[in-house]
Amino acid sequence: MIPGDLKYTKSHEWARIEGDTAVVGITDFAQEQLGDITFVDLPALGAGLTEGAELGSIESVKAASDLYSPVTGEVSAVNEALASEPELVNREPYGRGWLVKVKLAAAPENLLSAGDYEAVAASDH
Amino acid sequence: MDTMLTTPLTGWHAAHGAKMVPFAGWEMPVQYEGILAEHAWTRSEAGLFDICHMGEFTVRGAGAKDALSRVATQNLDTLAPGKCRYGFLLSPAGGILDDLIVYCRGADDYLLVVNAARTAHDFAWIGSHLGAGVELADISGATAKIDLQGPKSFTVLSEVLDGDWKALKYFNFVETSFAGAPLIVSRTGYTGELGVEFFCPPETAVALWEECLAGGVARPCGLGARDTLRLEMGYPLYGQDLTETTTPAEAGYGTLPASPAQYVGKANASAVRSRLIALTIPGRRAARTHDAVLPAAGEAAGEVTSGSFAPSLGHAIALARVSAKAAEETDFLIDTGRTRLEAKRTELPFYKGGTARMKLG
Repeated sequence: MIPGDLKYTKSHEWARIEGDTAVVGITDFAQEQLGDITFVDLPALGAGLTEGAELGSIESVKAASDLYSPVTGEVSAVNEALASEPELVNREPYGRGWLVKVKLAAAPENLLSAGDYEAVAASDH
Repeated sequence: MDTMLTTPLTGWHAAHGAKMVPFAGWEMPVQYEGILAEHAWTRSEAGLFDICHMGEFTVRGAGAKDALSRVATQNLDTLAPGKCRYGFLLSPAGGILDDLIVYCRGADDYLLVVNAARTAHDFAWIGSHLGAGVELADISGATAKIDLQGPKSFTVLSEVLDGDWKALKYFNFVETSFAGAPLIVSRTGYTGELGVEFFCPPETAVALWEECLAGGVARPCGLGARDTLRLEMGYPLYGQDLTETTTPAEAGYGTLPASPAQYVGKANASAVRSRLIALTIPGRRAARTHDAVLPAAGEAAGEVTSGSFAPSLGHAIALARVSAKAAEETDFLIDTGRTRLEAKRTELPFYKGGTARMKLG
């Protein structure tokens, strides 16, 4: 399940860019690989993010993994629901399981189309 | 390892949607629908686990009891036929070489269940201590092991096998048959819930597995849920919580090896340089094996040996090995590399609702 209207990273994050704001999350492939998610560590409101740099981390029952920002800008919203319901990332990775919203400071440079990301996910299997 | 070992159920797991992973050289299911769902189902209903990777030996012949008493910590004088007991194999220095369950099947007739990764080691070690006339055999390849665990496990058991199962007490077992082949039903397990462990030939394993699942009460579970279930009970895992440099006393089993026999390592079994302690962490963020453990005020005290989010508790828990001095502290910090977690020493089990010892009938 790779929605065609999103942009992707090789590290399995997605960005939905609407004007000067991006909604960021992890892909269905990523949540499937991680298994049951038990904790998500997100940046504070107002924090600065850089494309390709660390955004936070995510933990499943079995492991902890780093998250990388697909975009550059300032965090304008954090998905507070994940503090008590991190499983939303498993259930709705492209919907209620979003991570942060970012006010863009620059246009992203290295994001992949859905088609290109599909090839990345296939090779990571 | 080039070729992964497989169990009689490996094909079944793959055909039924399990996520397969390498474990101790074996290709094993880590999960079916998900670790959290399987964990919850086992706590409230019944989970079925393929544990065929574990090793089984027989020790029999005149003098078997005395010979086995010289190498395992269990008191075999008080282990009657039909009963089994948990204990250790120790090095001369008192370090734990493996943990194992010894089953008494009759006079000088024992079954041993050991860890998968230690099977070859244990076979050589035990063999070198038994002496003439006692026969040690590795029957792991001829033995499938399936665990049925959960409050409703005996409902399933009664549907699959005839017998007065309510009479089966904790750490007792019976030898019966299934599909014309021998079957051992042991009221033991690694989840903290009411349940049994089955031992049967590989040829009848799939049929037994499928019959246990037929009523829909028991569901197949992977090793992921087995690990979170055992950790909530504080049951140690060999290779993480128990190692060759850990004595039984350090692991919290100081009172367990009550055997009067002069077993290998007895003189040093109660040495204490470090202690395995239980830590409760308030949030959902987990500590992991090898994370450093520090007293709230002080230098490094030890490390996490097992850590996870505890699904039945809603927060993280850990077992840690710390210096004997630091073990007297109450408050600790765990350095995960990403953050520092506050942790508080607690008593085991972490999860107190387990039904394993429930009286039946």
